[in-house]
Amino acid sequence: MAQVLVVTSGKGGVGKTTSTAALGAALAHDGEKVVVIDFDVGLRNLDLVMGAERRVVFDLINVIHGVAKLHQALIRDKRLENLCLLPASQTRDKDALTEEGVAAVIAELRTKFDWIICDSPAGIERGATLAMRHADAAIIVTNPEVSSVRDSDRIIGLLDSKTAKAERGERVEKHLLITRYHSSRAARGEMLSIDDVLEILSTPLLGIIPESEEVLRASNIGSPVTLCNALSAPARAYFDAARRLKGDKVPMIVPSDNRGIFNKLFGRKAA
Amino acid sequence: MSSVHVQRRSMMFRARSFMAFVFTPQPPIVEWLTELDASLERSTGFFVGHPVVLDLAGVQLSAPAIAHLIANLEERKIRVLGIEGVEPEVGETGLPPILRGGRGTRSFELPESQPAAAEPPAPLPPQKPASLMIEDPVRSGQSVVFIDGDVTVLGSVGSGAEIVAGGSIHIYGTLRGRAMAGAAGNARARIFCHRVEAELLAINSYYKTAEDIEDSLRHGPAQAWLEGDVLKMAALN
Ligand SMILES: Nc1ncnc2c1ncn2[C@@H]1O[C@H](COP(=O)(O)OP(=O)(O)O)[C@@H](O)[C@H]1O
Ligand SMILES: [Mg+2]
Repeated sequence: MAQVLVVTSGKGGVGKTTSTAALGAALAHDGEKVVVIDFDVGLRNLDLVMGAERRVVFDLINVIHGVAKLHQALIRDKRLENLCLLPASQTRDKDALTEEGVAAVIAELRTKFDWIICDSPAGIERGATLAMRHADAAIIVTNPEVSSVRDSDRIIGLLDSKTAKAERGERVEKHLLITRYHSSRAARGEMLSIDDVLEILSTPLLGIIPESEEVLRASNIGSPVTLCNALSAPARAYFDAARRLKGDKVPMIVPSDNRGIFNKLFGRKAA
Repeated sequence: MSSVHVQRRSMMFRARSFMAFVFTPQPPIVEWLTELDASLERSTGFFVGHPVVLDLAGVQLSAPAIAHLIANLEERKIRVLGIEGVEPEVGETGLPPILRGGRGTRSFELPESQPAAAEPPAPLPPQKPASLMIEDPVRSGQSVVFIDGDVTVLGSVGSGAEIVAGGSIHIYGTLRGRAMAGAAGNARARIFCHRVEAELLAINSYYKTAEDIEDSLRHGPAQAWLEGDVLKMAALN
């Protein structure tokens, strides 16, 4: 059965697009059929991070408005044939997304893919609520700082009220992904600790992604970090998170500065 | 084989009750507005975003006069949700809807305003205990309003979330948002929480903001209650 995931946060710049691309590529690398959808209409990014910006012909809005068929708008990844991108339009705004249009696109994608990963725009407005609308599960991306955590708390409230699942009286499964984790700053107490974040959000942890130059390097060459340098610390953390999404039990590791080696074992149970 | 016929389900509507502040203008309206301004000055923005109902039983106003009054209130950022105590015909003039059957609660003092001469609270009629239990965390941006009694939250109340209860509030997790107990005029209501990191605590409209909460109480279990017009807090252990 296809799984629809929304990658969401409330706040911008926390790593939603980076995580969508990295997790999508990690799942596809493990043989799953994956499509990543950019819901950030007007400010699209996912095409750049995936390195597909020069191949965009049609986009999500064209499909919704019947200008293009879904298969015409899907862009197949050059590295992994079972990974596709459905780009956003850069020229339109979020009002061009319609409730019925999004429902129809998601329903059709469910018949073709194992994983449908929706990259949400920041905010709590139309784009963000439509991105989460049909989700079976949500990945809440949070940086270990108070404003990001509070925005995530707000988003979790919306996941419990504004989604199709919530309206049917069901629950959207929730996973917390802590990104841009800076071990030295955490040690100096300059960031919230992992425990603080988990306590405030009381949501199961999917993974902890360290702050890393590799992420920037990967996005500059238009590659998800999990494909660009699969052995780097952030890529390994994303691979582990992807396996947890599939239900595997993978021990949680807190990234440490110790020459990039993951050391401290973290006893917390994963999602 | 039996015939299959599709039966259309009737549409479901949910009823929900909210607490609204009732304004009772007295003639002359101009003076009443001046008095209102004086109280608003002491509690700026208090009514912003809160529903207000106009009880016009004490004044004789034509529909245009009512519209004028509503416009005057709107200038003060007070939005009128409905009106009470007018003839039904007034309802056909594009004014807010006429409300009936509102349940009264005791009068409400604006925060920071000088305490009025203490009027002996009328004993409440005995009523069956009412309480609301919330098993999930209350998230930022969510507002739980329960005027009929106590609210118990098993999880935490996030920063930017609020609980409003007619009775007491019990929070078994961490209170990071706002808790307003005794909101319908119950000075005996209390707030209990397993860990206070609150943005605001209020009982019967007397409040303390985060800044006024002693450091020694933060991060621990505590309760808050009202002594006269002072909101007291103490560690719970
Ligand atoms: N783990 C990380 N380490 C370093 N930089 C990161 C990391 N994750 C994201 N970034 C950077 O942060 C910026 C915002 O990331 P992005 O994924 O676009 O966030 P969002 O989609 O939430 O707005 C980008 O420049 C990205 O390269
Ligand atoms: Mg983005």
